[in-house]
Amino acid sequence: MNTPSSGNDKSQGLNGWDTLAERAPESLMVTVWRRFRRHPGAMAGSLVLFLSVMSIVLASASPYDPELSEISRKLQPPSLEHPMGTDPLGRDLLTRVLYGGRISLTVGVLVVLITLLIGVPVGAVAGYFGGWIDNVLMRITDAALSLPSLLVLILLSAMLREMELPFVQRNNVMTIALVIGLLSWMTVARLVRAAFLTIRELDFVTAARCIGTSNLGIIVQHILPNSVGPIIVDSTLGLGYAILEESGLSFLGFGIQPPTPSWGNLLSNAQAHMTRHPWLAIFPGLMIFLAIISVNYIGDGLRDAFDPYKVLQKVGEV
Amino acid sequence: MGRYIVRRLLQAIPMLLLISIVLFGLVNLAPGGPLAGHSRSRQVNPERAERLKRQFGLDQPIPVQYVVWLIGNDWMKIDLDGDGIAESRGVRQGILRGDFGFSFQTREPVLKEIAQRLPNTVYLMACTLAVVLLIAIPVGIISAVKQYSSFDILVTTFSFMGQAIPEFWFGMILILIFYAWLHNPFTGQPLLPAGGMYTLGTGFSLGDRVRHLILPVSMGALTWIAWYSRFLRSSMLDVIHRDYIRTARAKGLSDRRVMYRHALKNAAIPLVTMFALDLPYLFAGSLYVELLFSWPGMGRLYYQAAVKRDYPVLMAILIIAAAFMIVSNLLADIAYAYLDPRVRFD
Repeated sequence: MNTPSSGNDKSQGLNGWDTLAERAPESLMVTVWRRFRRHPGAMAGSLVLFLSVMSIVLASASPYDPELSEISRKLQPPSLEHPMGTDPLGRDLLTRVLYGGRISLTVGVLVVLITLLIGVPVGAVAGYFGGWIDNVLMRITDAALSLPSLLVLILLSAMLREMELPFVQRNNVMTIALVIGLLSWMTVARLVRAAFLTIRELDFVTAARCIGTSNLGIIVQHILPNSVGPIIVDSTLGLGYAILEESGLSFLGFGIQPPTPSWGNLLSNAQAHMTRHPWLAIFPGLMIFLAIISVNYIGDGLRDAFDPYKVLQKVGEV
Repeated sequence: MGRYIVRRLLQAIPMLLLISIVLFGLVNLAPGGPLAGHSRSRQVNPERAERLKRQFGLDQPIPVQYVVWLIGNDWMKIDLDGDGIAESRGVRQGILRGDFGFSFQTREPVLKEIAQRLPNTVYLMACTLAVVLLIAIPVGIISAVKQYSSFDILVTTFSFMGQAIPEFWFGMILILIFYAWLHNPFTGQPLLPAGGMYTLGTGFSLGDRVRHLILPVSMGALTWIAWYSRFLRSSMLDVIHRDYIRTARAKGLSDRRVMYRHALKNAAIPLVTMFALDLPYLFAGSLYVELLFSWPGMGRLYYQAAVKRDYPVLMAILIIAAAFMIVSNLLADIAYAYLDPRVRFD
């Protein structure tokens, strides 16, 4: 077995091992999907989320304009023409809720991307190299975690809104996403670091190092793909938080500015009228609630599906 | 243990300094400077604006401003009249000596503003936390002990929903139901008040205070109850299947005794840690609750300062809140190590 020629020659290997190797192992994603499918909450959540994304994508098909006011039909209660009623400026609330969802979900997805963009490299470098680099990066992470996040969120969005920066200049969506992202990468960084700390000690990493793979190669090709489970689960739950935080900021008036609708500022505008026109307050909040609960259920399902203990049980079954 | 605490406290100092530098930089990065909002809000002629700037020390470069903010300027001379000659002695003492400066809005010392608001926030948050613990702990225990019972399923569903409801929306719905829709059948008044700490113009009455607390406390408590009960349930479940619980059962102890003496004690450790981490809310309060119910507390003070760009107030609340966060982190670690001897210092 130790002669160089036999290593490449598969047909002459040990017979018993051969048959095992021929059965292609089920890929991780297939396993995860098979288990995810059995989680009723996660499937319901996916369905709701899919439907909301579809209707939000198709929002342009609405016969009403989301920002153009039509005073003659202001504050109408829900009806067939206006399923969610109309707002104080006579705009169709359903149309505004759909367009608002577009904004809220965009911010959510952007936040997750920014979080990954910062958190994954920080965690990977800290966990892989260890030593003083790890120390410095983790102290910075600790410091960021010690910030009173809602207070800083308000401060940052109040400041950034008036600053002239490339890319984010006056662009509400990008500004808000950047602000929330800058304050939420820490959990991802810690998760990735923890995964790297365990995986870097495994034999296949040593093997990769022996054949001369560069540090970057080991990090990107070997360790990262093996720590993808917790990252996906955390990103899903992070999407829910991002939606919640965006709506909160917009509710406080520090987020998306009217007339552009977002779920948060729709609620904020509803405050003055809600006692007599409750539909203004009920529907946008219901949408936030539905979006977050479906994302949370999906995250829950993914967590179960990625759980390594259940993977082991599965191997035991075979 | 004493050495460990001292070391952690010493580590906290550079971290607080780092945080304060970052926060100070952020606050002062905005274009137009802190007086931008000030000069917009009232008729201030440029000359007077210049004078104000010098008074607040805003003509100095930001690093100098930071140092003055931190340790004061009573040891150096400053140029008040703008002739380029530093002639008057500074009067600020810096936050290290407890001088957080004056609010731009009210011209009152920042600490006085905070002292006026803080008791209201502590009062509200203490009531909220008490309600959270009183409900979440029994609910968490029962749903773990009776896992998969209908009560447990109900609680799990509820806590999932509680975590997904935006706090401010829940508050609005509460106002809608208990203020706008439901009325007291005898007086025709709304069932519960939707704002303030007590009815203005009446003497102190306990009933009135409690009525004003019900909605804000319910609003603030919901998410926490959801979190805490779910958390306690899962840590109870974790403990229940351990060997020492089986041993206790095998010795013939009653179910009650096993649950409360053996299981709960161990399951509560993470909960204590979590509670310690949440203590900073006693200081900063819940912004949404205070805004929605016009509660004159810290959260609302901060919100107003952010809207009006009252930088000294913003900085003071931010830095004190950050210090609270660090201290409560430390408290959580100490509590954990104290309650769980398996965790050792260093």
